[in-house]
Amino acid sequence: MAEAAAQARVARGAVAWEAVIGIEVHAQLRTASKMFCACSADLRDAGPNTHTCPVCLGMPGVLPVINRRAVELVLSTGMAIDAEIASVTRWDRKNYFYPDLPKGYQISQFDLPLAAHGQLALDTSEGPFTVRIRRAHLEEDTARLQHTADATGRRISLVDFNRSGLPLLEIVTEPDIRTAEQARRYAEELRLLLRTIGASDAEMENGQMRVEANVSIRPAGTHGFGVRSEVKNMNSFRAVERAIAHEIERQAAVLEAGGTLVQETRGWDDVRNETYTMRSKEDSDDYRYFPEPDLPPLRTDPAWLDAIRASMPELPAKRRTRYVSILGLTPYDAGVIVADPAASALFEDALASAAGLPADRRPVPKALANWVTGEYLRLAKQRDDGGHASGAELTRLVSMVGEGRISGTNAKEVFGRHVGSGEPVEAIVSSMGLTQISDSVALSAAIDGVLAANPAAVADCRAGKDQAVRFLVGQVMKATRGQANATMVQRLVRERLEERA
Amino acid sequence: MTDRRLTRLLAREMAHGLRAGEFSARELVEAHLDLVHATDRGLHAWLFLDEEAARAAADLADARLADARREGSAALDALPLLLGVPLGLKDLVVTRGQTSTAGSRILEGFVGPFDATIAARIREAGAVVLGKTNMDEFAMGSSTEHSAWGPTANPWNLGRVPGGSSGGSAAAVAAYQVPLAIGTDTGGSIRQPAALCGVAGIKPTYGRVSRYGIVAFASSLDQVGPLARDARDLAALLQVIAGRDVRDSTSSPVPVPDYLASLPEGDDEAAAALRGLRLGLPREYFGAGMEPGVEARVREAAAALESAGAEIVDVSLPHTEYGLATYYLIAPAEASANLARYDGIRFGHSSRQGDVLANYLATRGTGFGPEVKRRIVLGTYALSAGYYDAYYVKAQKARTLIKADFDAAFERVDALVAPTSPTVAFPLGARTQDPVAMYLSDTCTLPVNVAGLPGLSVPCGLSDGLPVGLQIIGPAWDEAGILRIARAYEAITADAGWRRLDPADLPALDDPKTPAPGLPAGTAV
Repeated sequence: MAEAAAQARVARGAVAWEAVIGIEVHAQLRTASKMFCACSADLRDAGPNTHTCPVCLGMPGVLPVINRRAVELVLSTGMAIDAEIASVTRWDRKNYFYPDLPKGYQISQFDLPLAAHGQLALDTSEGPFTVRIRRAHLEEDTARLQHTADATGRRISLVDFNRSGLPLLEIVTEPDIRTAEQARRYAEELRLLLRTIGASDAEMENGQMRVEANVSIRPAGTHGFGVRSEVKNMNSFRAVERAIAHEIERQAAVLEAGGTLVQETRGWDDVRNETYTMRSKEDSDDYRYFPEPDLPPLRTDPAWLDAIRASMPELPAKRRTRYVSILGLTPYDAGVIVADPAASALFEDALASAAGLPADRRPVPKALANWVTGEYLRLAKQRDDGGHASGAELTRLVSMVGEGRISGTNAKEVFGRHVGSGEPVEAIVSSMGLTQISDSVALSAAIDGVLAANPAAVADCRAGKDQAVRFLVGQVMKATRGQANATMVQRLVRERLEERA
Repeated sequence: MTDRRLTRLLAREMAHGLRAGEFSARELVEAHLDLVHATDRGLHAWLFLDEEAARAAADLADARLADARREGSAALDALPLLLGVPLGLKDLVVTRGQTSTAGSRILEGFVGPFDATIAARIREAGAVVLGKTNMDEFAMGSSTEHSAWGPTANPWNLGRVPGGSSGGSAAAVAAYQVPLAIGTDTGGSIRQPAALCGVAGIKPTYGRVSRYGIVAFASSLDQVGPLARDARDLAALLQVIAGRDVRDSTSSPVPVPDYLASLPEGDDEAAAALRGLRLGLPREYFGAGMEPGVEARVREAAAALESAGAEIVDVSLPHTEYGLATYYLIAPAEASANLARYDGIRFGHSSRQGDVLANYLATRGTGFGPEVKRRIVLGTYALSAGYYDAYYVKAQKARTLIKADFDAAFERVDALVAPTSPTVAFPLGARTQDPVAMYLSDTCTLPVNVAGLPGLSVPCGLSDGLPVGLQIIGPAWDEAGILRIARAYEAITADAGWRRLDPADLPALDDPKTPAPGLPAGTAV
């Protein structure tokens, strides 16, 4: 520490600082029950202390039984980050006293994590970047404390043990990250990975994914480590980026003013847009780790690992590459689709349906992708349930548009209703009477009527006003209740105006 | 007035009498409760009695017996053996709706919200739980003097300790208050009090019996086991509690044999099991500190086994001398974490004062006794940064060596025969001021826990009028084997004069003027 501080002072006045950032993520694993007992892990709408039992309350005499699914989810995460999977692992007790820790120790993993030495590749505005991951392990969550006051105004703390014993995945990176943006992108990409493989819902807003950053700075070009602070309480990806950017600035300002930094834990205040001291960490805690005697060591036998590997879905990075190089999507569209597991699933289903159509009626991937990135994501965001879109129906709709059976405008309306209800698009089209008029004879009658009714607009057209043409086309569309093929109407209106001229 | 003679029966005899309709389960439970009421002031074997629950269980047993009797002898035979038989649980077995303090003030008022697996199995078997027996606080001790609720006396001499930590269970069985009791054994806590009270007790292989619902002392060493008045009663209760439990990941799926089936009723047949058997006498178990009277009784027992056909060979367990140090690093280390949950926040004793830290200090400072505090400090120290490798890791290596000693011995012999305790019961207060002297009570038993093996103790005579225990140690999972040897030893000594002696101070226990057991002035813990 002293050495690092000395280096910082030497560089005082120099503008160039380099940040050294490591990220620790805790994600709640997507299991039906808690890590060591049968209590439900689904805490939605749960009143305080309703998801508890003697085991997760740490009553006398209770013993933990490992949740096999939780182990599998950590193993699949390890595989997804190209980590080495332990052939033998065990659990350890991390000892400390706090009212949120009912047993007085947390069952975690110390020197034999389930997965180690992985990596995660991501894109940033400055190009691709790979973060090395030190370890991924399984541990249990603690209870939640609520600080409040009783009826007499005395300050009290209440404990809610619902979260006690929920399975947590902890993933720790090497100190490879250099910018706040890289940190945010790492968190986003990790979240996507966890959601893709089904390991976690990883919603930062409700605490299913918690990001902590160890931040220090050093003069650019040097290799020592500065005094680090651990930044917590970042409840969104935006907060991750802003908090780290702020912390880098703060540390630089302290050092440039000739000050020294202390090792501490700092919280992020989203409203005041700054970090603040939570506690000093000058003495390292002694957690007195030792192997958990209540749980036998676990062997990850090759057949089990093979089965987990075989059930892994396509990972985001691979999927993006396929969308761009094989399907011809733009990297941007590929990124947008892959970033949203529901959109990605819809697109995959639509592609699969399209593959079953004859070539002349088969929509191209690009057309399907446009619908997914445009209409689908717009509609899904407006709904709490994400909607009921089906890939097969989307393909059918896009195919109808391609065949000229329905206008693009009406297709959007049909799709909107489909997302809302899940009803098949054919049924919506016929119930709305929206089959497109592409018959020039039928359209001619409507066009004649509109031209006769709008002599002033017709005159403006002849005077060369394009606006007036668009007005007439719009009137025809209105007269046909949108069922006219707009491209054909436009062509026919221009032809008719020329004829009349 | 109930018939006190009922309390003199063995558990199997009670089961037989119940089926034959000689007496009812209700009569049986009343006889035992009356005896407890009459004698426990001077003995203090019990911390808690649930007479209502016991009577209800007895009535239920009588109803099942009546139903079966109507259906015929096949239905009677199909009933669980221990249906209607009274027993006691050590005060660290958590039971639903009843108190369990583990002998500690810090669990004062704690009412269990669930049944320990063994308690559930015992209830399913129809046995009648009378209540909870006294013990050293959190099973840390060898004399039951470290109970927060006062010591238990030894029925053979009320001025002496019953051993510990399952001293209440051993004394209750010895004094005929119950034919059976549950104990736990982390370093000798079933075998040593069984030896000192002149009864039988078995510590099964680690993993044989579920620990779910047993207040933990040292997780990698704790095992639950029965105490009884002979080997076959031990087998009957072991049968009920043994076997894999999904709630205890360290419990084993190794199949549980029919223990009683391999223990013949007839003495000649039982003794025949010794022929061709090789039994080892580990020379390190006859070291300094052993009372000559104890050594004499154990060597006589070995000679009796030899003359009945067993081959006795001298064996060495060279790392025995590291047993005590190994145990007193591993057990306190695990205990320091296991006892962290007693923080005054969710259950039991709480000082309810000051902020979080002040409340921890006050709750744990007043809730734990001195021996428990000593072991928490020892364990915390052994696990601390900078000491972990020197103490905890080294102890685990020594543990491996101690296990290897036993493995090597069992290549040569079928079982080991040794003293259970180096001494007979010592006077109350004699060792409370000297922890190391107290720890030495367990030198012959704790290596067996360190190695995770099954071991039992059966009475093998008296020294200075006090019982001596013969320890029989077997390979992992061979409880049946050591029970067969114990049964054979009972058979070949069936006519020994000491077998007909009652604990000498039983008459004093019936005297209402006999005071509650207490420590001499100046020796209080």
